[in-house]
Amino acid sequence: MRIVVLVKPVPDTTGQERLGADLRVDRAASPTVVNANDEYALEAALKLREAAGEGSVTLLSMAPDTAPDTLRKALAMGADAGFLVSDPALAGSDTLSTARVLAAALGRIDHDLVLAGADTSDGGSGTVAAGIAALTGLPYLSYAARIEPDGGSVRVRRISPTGYDLLEAPLPALVVATQALGEPRYPSLKGIMAARSKSIVTWSLADLGIDPSTVGGAVATTRVLRAEAPPPRAATRVIREPAPVAAAQLVEFLAERRLI
Amino acid sequence: MTSFRLSDEQRELRDAVRELARERIAPRAAEIDRSAEFPWDLKELLATQDILGLPYPTEYGGLGGDLLTCCLAIEALSAACATTGLILAVHELASLPIVMGGTDQQKARWLPDLAAGRTLIAFALTEAGAGSDAGSIATRAVRDGDDFVLNGTKRFISHGSVADLVTVFAVTDPAGKRNRNLSCFVVERGTAGFSVGRLEHKMGIRGSPTAELMFDDVRIPATNLIGAEGEGFALAMRTFERSRPGIAAQAVGIAQGAVDVAAAYATERVQFGRPIGEFQMVQGLLADMDAATEAARSLLYTACAAIEAGDGDAGRWAAVCKLVAGDAAMRVTTDAVQVLGGYGYLDEFPVERMMRDAKITQLYEGTQQIQRLVVARSLLAAHR
Repeated sequence: MRIVVLVKPVPDTTGQERLGADLRVDRAASPTVVNANDEYALEAALKLREAAGEGSVTLLSMAPDTAPDTLRKALAMGADAGFLVSDPALAGSDTLSTARVLAAALGRIDHDLVLAGADTSDGGSGTVAAGIAALTGLPYLSYAARIEPDGGSVRVRRISPTGYDLLEAPLPALVVATQALGEPRYPSLKGIMAARSKSIVTWSLADLGIDPSTVGGAVATTRVLRAEAPPPRAATRVIREPAPVAAAQLVEFLAERRLI
Repeated sequence: MTSFRLSDEQRELRDAVRELARERIAPRAAEIDRSAEFPWDLKELLATQDILGLPYPTEYGGLGGDLLTCCLAIEALSAACATTGLILAVHELASLPIVMGGTDQQKARWLPDLAAGRTLIAFALTEAGAGSDAGSIATRAVRDGDDFVLNGTKRFISHGSVADLVTVFAVTDPAGKRNRNLSCFVVERGTAGFSVGRLEHKMGIRGSPTAELMFDDVRIPATNLIGAEGEGFALAMRTFERSRPGIAAQAVGIAQGAVDVAAAYATERVQFGRPIGEFQMVQGLLADMDAATEAARSLLYTACAAIEAGDGDAGRWAAVCKLVAGDAAMRVTTDAVQVLGGYGYLDEFPVERMMRDAKITQLYEGTQQIQRLVVARSLLAAHR
């Protein structure tokens, strides 16, 4: 099975993240890492490939041209190769532009299954994967807690407020992964060494046959009007006692407020 | 003078081990120290992540890592847990005689499982009466047809009770010249007459089992002899040229761990209305700790590069880096306890453990006094 995993380099959530003058994330202010939810999607893809004993896992990303350094870690985890769409004209793209570009790129990569993380830690809209599914016509199976390919179809347990829904769709399909699929692995040292010689192909908009004037900040359908810091949290009480004492104090605290 | 500069690959491998150490190993360190139990789970983790494969040639499933890369890994592991750093250091130490002196058949027989971390190996040179004076070993190996028969007792053997294989040094020619009468053998666990005696109760590296090994008419085939008869002492010395930097790396790691704890503490602990890190006497301690650690690290990396490049005086490089790093680790960890004050003396903070762990780096693989002897001999020989 040929699996494509959508991955995005995002600023590391170290608490140092800042907004630039344009109210967008200042990507120079913090180191860049693979979006954590995408690592869960990648882990799921690697497990599917291992279970099948064959197939491929390919990364697809739209990001600035520094992305290969970050994608290298995803390759070290075990992905086979990567495709990166990078073009100065893509700066300021909204989720619609992003979905269009990734949908076009996906058309050039053989795939049976596309996996995406639930959302990204920077933008956080969680709509790009759905947009790609809409544009490509791929069946869209979201919030997967389990993914079971079966011949020409895939079954997914979708997390719901009451438990899970059982979804089934013909392949190729797009599945949104969740953390319920299992913790991502650490890259092994052999994986890190092997990743250095794996291929990351970079495509420009011209390579994909996309007119630069149809994407990017200038034609974005959303605009950032204002940015505000979240209101400060009310005073927090931290209990630093051994577990049994802490538990008793916590119960007392909640009971006093009739919360339990 | 050979100099060093970390390659991109070395940096990537180090960072990966560092992340693993921070997230998966550091949280286990206090419990490993308290329970004094060998951390099989972390040995498994090191195997899965290919860290145990670092020192082995690629043709036997290893990563073919150079000496500096292995030391970077030992350093990163030891910053979180000295016992875990020692798992790699001992694995490498005890394998070196096979890697350097073994035949192709011997390498093919033992190295793939060692590189994959499926088996563990220990290095048995020291005896109760033969510590610094390795030439006074009493364990005997007597040739009997196609076999050798071993008799004797080894002591202070790291991993002795958990290893599947042991590289054992024994006298094969009692009438021969001192330092030319030893030979090196691989003894497999389960061989009749080979047993584990007492386990030592130690001040530090408490998760690393230190065992007494007893050989009572242990019959092993001559195909287990590593190198030629009588080459054992030379093989052990060549082994130390590549293993002592590993102990220096452990020392630098322990020191760095202590610097990080002390610096973080100094920004948080408030006395007289301000963080103690704002007081110059505390700053002085921290600055000296940081400088000593960095100096030891620089010397270690330079030594690794020189040894790897085939420097004619590898023994001196190995001794100077172990000497400087071991002393730095002892001083830095002692000062880290000082920065933390009374809290540093409690096992709720890791610095007292680091201080106990640091001490061993001044003792094993040659005491600091032996290192000085090696350095002085080399220095005087160069000026004679």
